[in-house]
Amino acid sequence: MSTTQTTDAATTSRTHPDSAAPPARRQKTTAGDRVFGGVAHTILVIWALIVILPLVWTVFSSFKDSRSILSSPFSLPQSWNFDNFVRAWTTAGIGRYFFNTVIVVGSALVLVMLLGAMCAYVLARFQFPGRTVIYYALIAGLTFPLFLAVVPLFFVLKNMGLQGTYLGLILSYVGFALPFTVFFLYAFFRQLPEEIGEAAQIDGAGDFRTFFQVMLPMAKPGLVSIAIFNFLGLWNQFLLPIVLNTDRDKYVLAQGLANMQAQQGYQTDWSAMFASVTITIIPVLIVYVIFQRQLQGGVGPSTNK
Amino acid sequence: MVAVPTSAPTSEAPRSRGRRQRLTLERVIFFALFLGLPLLVYVLFVVSPFLQAFYYSLTDWRGVSAQQTFVGLMNYATLFEDENFRTALWHNGILLVVLPLVTISLAYALAVLVTIGGDSRGEVKGIKGASVYRVISFFPYVIPAVVIGILFAFIYAPGGGLLNGLLSLVGIDSQIAWLGSPRFAMIAVLVAVVWNMVGFYMVLFVAAIKAVPSEIIEAARLDGCGRMRLSVRIVLPMIRENVSTALVYMGIMALDLFVFINVMTPNGGTSKSTEVVSRYLYETAFQKSNFGLASAMGVVMAVFTMIMAMIVLLASRKKD
Repeated sequence: MSTTQTTDAATTSRTHPDSAAPPARRQKTTAGDRVFGGVAHTILVIWALIVILPLVWTVFSSFKDSRSILSSPFSLPQSWNFDNFVRAWTTAGIGRYFFNTVIVVGSALVLVMLLGAMCAYVLARFQFPGRTVIYYALIAGLTFPLFLAVVPLFFVLKNMGLQGTYLGLILSYVGFALPFTVFFLYAFFRQLPEEIGEAAQIDGAGDFRTFFQVMLPMAKPGLVSIAIFNFLGLWNQFLLPIVLNTDRDKYVLAQGLANMQAQQGYQTDWSAMFASVTITIIPVLIVYVIFQRQLQGGVGPSTNK
Repeated sequence: MVAVPTSAPTSEAPRSRGRRQRLTLERVIFFALFLGLPLLVYVLFVVSPFLQAFYYSLTDWRGVSAQQTFVGLMNYATLFEDENFRTALWHNGILLVVLPLVTISLAYALAVLVTIGGDSRGEVKGIKGASVYRVISFFPYVIPAVVIGILFAFIYAPGGGLLNGLLSLVGIDSQIAWLGSPRFAMIAVLVAVVWNMVGFYMVLFVAAIKAVPSEIIEAARLDGCGRMRLSVRIVLPMIRENVSTALVYMGIMALDLFVFINVMTPNGGTSKSTEVVSRYLYETAFQKSNFGLASAMGVVMAVFTMIMAMIVLLASRKKD
């Protein structure tokens, strides 16, 4: 961009650094900097608009009726009535799907965090034969494409009598979220100082108590950020439910929405569709706003070498 | 499944645990529960389906358990003669190159603007309002892919869609059905995916750039290094590991994209213009009940995924 200008600025500041008075680091912003700053802000603002605009449009549209969505896509809604939301929640079945999603994702989340923490703890803090093999077998699960597994998985569940049940779906969610969970918690448990475990044992705590009363509370920050990522991943899961969860009454949100859209084409009830989309985004938005810090911190904990 | 592990697994044995561990009854039960339960779930629902998929790919299985003949590599031969499959594979190939490149360049550019976009003198400073930009950019990443698909289907809709509406504001009266047109459909899907993912990698790169020692950046600046050179020649090599992890994960995504394609262009688009292997696999398995053939597709994609990951990781390591 303004490379030449900034290079100039840098060179000038180098050629006479001692001239005038350089009160340490409080120089005036140079012209090059200002131009660059302007360009940078413009780019970032445009990007921010690209992100925000579709979302604002969706929320506004969810208050309009289908006719005015089509005829004047940019107008503000004439009234802030919640008819569309009511229709989406009841008639379109979003309420039902929402409830199903909460059950499935909630149970899977609790289970995967518990099992993942147990497994990661044993792998990280105990030495035993086969440890490395198990660790790598778990990590390999991160790289295989999910769609390779869904066909046999469907029949595995069918043979166990779990196909089309909440339990089958929950256990599959747990299985596929496990590698990610173990991978990160493993790193976390290894960081905890060894003395703590020893102290607990000297005080007479067994393995179970050491884990639940000492280690787990200490790993809380790690558990929280991984739980958030798992929540998002499971809430967004689509392939597993559409393959495994074929009973309409048990549809999860993502599935119900896709089904709704496929059935309507995009002709008929635009406003209920927009309302449904808004309903789906809102819980995610809430989680995002509350846990924003942990989420963004969670992206790069391992990058701090 | 969703997020990106950014560090290499620690392979060395754990720091020696001091004394030998005694094998008490409690410890046996502890191991059985703590290791046994998670592994049981993992083996039943993850490992065994993957292994079975390899086997099914060698049979002509159609879902009725009695009829299952071993046909060797015939499914693979059928696949590569199938024009639809080749189209799908070709599309995945293009996406594999374009998607990571676009997403990661954009994410890196934004990350650089935010982290070293401040004054060119003195301390390395980010741009004003950096955290606001970061928070906004990251948000699309948390929206379910299905919702993004539906949202962009609205945006691209021929009448009443946001894109055509915006175009008409600047005087272009387009009635293009973006997703229906073989020319634009793939690009339209690509844009949606990029919109979804850029913020995540931006935040990842911001964290990585912040971990670069600031003396290095300041020294380069004193030597008259401009922002462009600084970001491409100095900072980029230093966060190479993060970039290559990001490439691998975007690559894996490019080889999948089932959700986006399935929601935005059902049946793989007009004249198969957006057909990808994952969607074709789904159709072959669950609409045509040809499980053997579908498994073969899955295996082909798994092999490609691994080759891709290995190439990227080796290439990024070689520069040492």
